[in-house]
Amino acid sequence: MNPEIRKLIAEHARLAVDVGTLADDASLYEAGMTSHATVNLMLALEASFDVEFPDSMLKRSVFESVTTITAALAELQPQV
Amino acid sequence: MADYRPGTPDQAAFLAELLDRRLLIQTGVAGLYGRGADFEEVCGRVGDMVTRAGAPEQPEQLRFPPLLPRRDLESVGYLKTFPHLAGSIFAFDGSEGQAAEQFDRACRHEDWSEFQSMTELVLTPAACYPVYPAIASRGELPAGGVTVDAGSAYVFRHEPSGDPARMQMFHQREIVRIGEPDAVVAWRDVWRDRTTSLLREVGLDAELAVATDPFFGRAGRMLAASQREQELKFEVVVQIAGPEPTAVASFNYHQDHFASVYGIELADGAEAHTACLGFGVERIALALFRAHGLEIEAWPQEVRSQLWRV
Repeated sequence: MNPEIRKLIAEHARLAVDVGTLADDASLYEAGMTSHATVNLMLALEASFDVEFPDSMLKRSVFESVTTITAALAELQPQV
Repeated sequence: MADYRPGTPDQAAFLAELLDRRLLIQTGVAGLYGRGADFEEVCGRVGDMVTRAGAPEQPEQLRFPPLLPRRDLESVGYLKTFPHLAGSIFAFDGSEGQAAEQFDRACRHEDWSEFQSMTELVLTPAACYPVYPAIASRGELPAGGVTVDAGSAYVFRHEPSGDPARMQMFHQREIVRIGEPDAVVAWRDVWRDRTTSLLREVGLDAELAVATDPFFGRAGRMLAASQREQELKFEVVVQIAGPEPTAVASFNYHQDHFASVYGIELADGAEAHTACLGFGVERIALALFRAHGLEIEAWPQEVRSQLWRV
C-alpha cells in the first residue's frame, strides 16, 4: 500500500519537495500541501483503493502523513 | 435548478412586513428584491460606517461592475468549490429563424435555452474577486503590500430562498489586504474585533464565530473541515429571523490561494498572502430593522447618532 500512497502523493499533493525525501511520519502540510491539494489527494486515494472516506475522516489530521493515510485506509479496507 | 428553500414562519412573516412597508419590493423571484428609500438609506449609512472605520488605513478605492470575466471564475477554482452558487451569462447566438423560434417559445414561457451560447462573462460571486487580477497586473507589490476598498458591489449567489436575509443578488462591502502572511492575518484579526464592536454600537447583538464557506459536495466537506481547523474564516453573526443567527460579516484568510493563481509577489519576490473582509450590507440593514423596528425615525437616538454621524 505504501508505494501506491506515495505515488498518489507525488501526483496530487503538489509538494514543494520530492515525496521520496520525506519520512512516513513527515507532515505533508509542512511540505507544502494545500487544502485544495488535500482534496485532490483524498479523491485519488478513494479511486485507487476503492474506498469512500466517511465524513468523520474528512479532516486534515487523516491526510497529515503517509502513516496517517495508511492507518485510515487500513481502517476502511481491513483486508489490505 | 437550485431547490427553493422556503423560509421559516418567522422569516416569512418578517419578509411580508418588509414588503408591506415597501422597504423591499417583490419581483416575482425569491431572493430578488427592489429596495425602498428607507431601506436604501440604511444600506448607505451602513456603508458609511465601514468607510469611517477603514479610513485610517487609507485603502485604495477601486470599483468593479457586477460581472466578472469568465476566465477569472475558472482560474480561481470557483466551479470546483461552489458550482451550485455560480451564475453565468449566456446570450443569443443564431440565425433569424432561430431568433423567431426563440421568441415564440419565450412568449409561451417555454425553454429557449438551446438558442443561447456561453459568453465570456459570469456574475460576480464575491466583490473581492476582481481585485486580485487587477493588483497582480501591476507587478510586484510595494513594500508593506496594499489595502483595497472594493466598495459596495452587487454579487450573485444562486440560492432561491424565502428567508429575506438570503438574497440571490445583494451588496457585499469588501476590503482586501494583500501582503506578508503575518501582516495579512493581523489585519484580518483587527477587523474581526473592530466589526463586532461597530455592530454592537448600533444596537445589534453581534457574536464572533469560527465559520466555513458553503463548499459543494464531499470535497467541500473536506475543505470546510480544513478551513475550520485552521481558523481561516470568522463570521460575525446576528439574530435576524429564523432558528439560527445569520452571518452579517466575514473575515477570510486565503493563505496563498489567490496570490498563487495570479502570481502576486511581495517586493522581495516571495509569494504574497491575501485576506478579505466582507460586510453583507442588506443583512446588516435587515438586522437593524429587525432589532429597532421598521420606522427608522423611531430608532433609538444612540443608534441613529452612530449611523447618521457626519
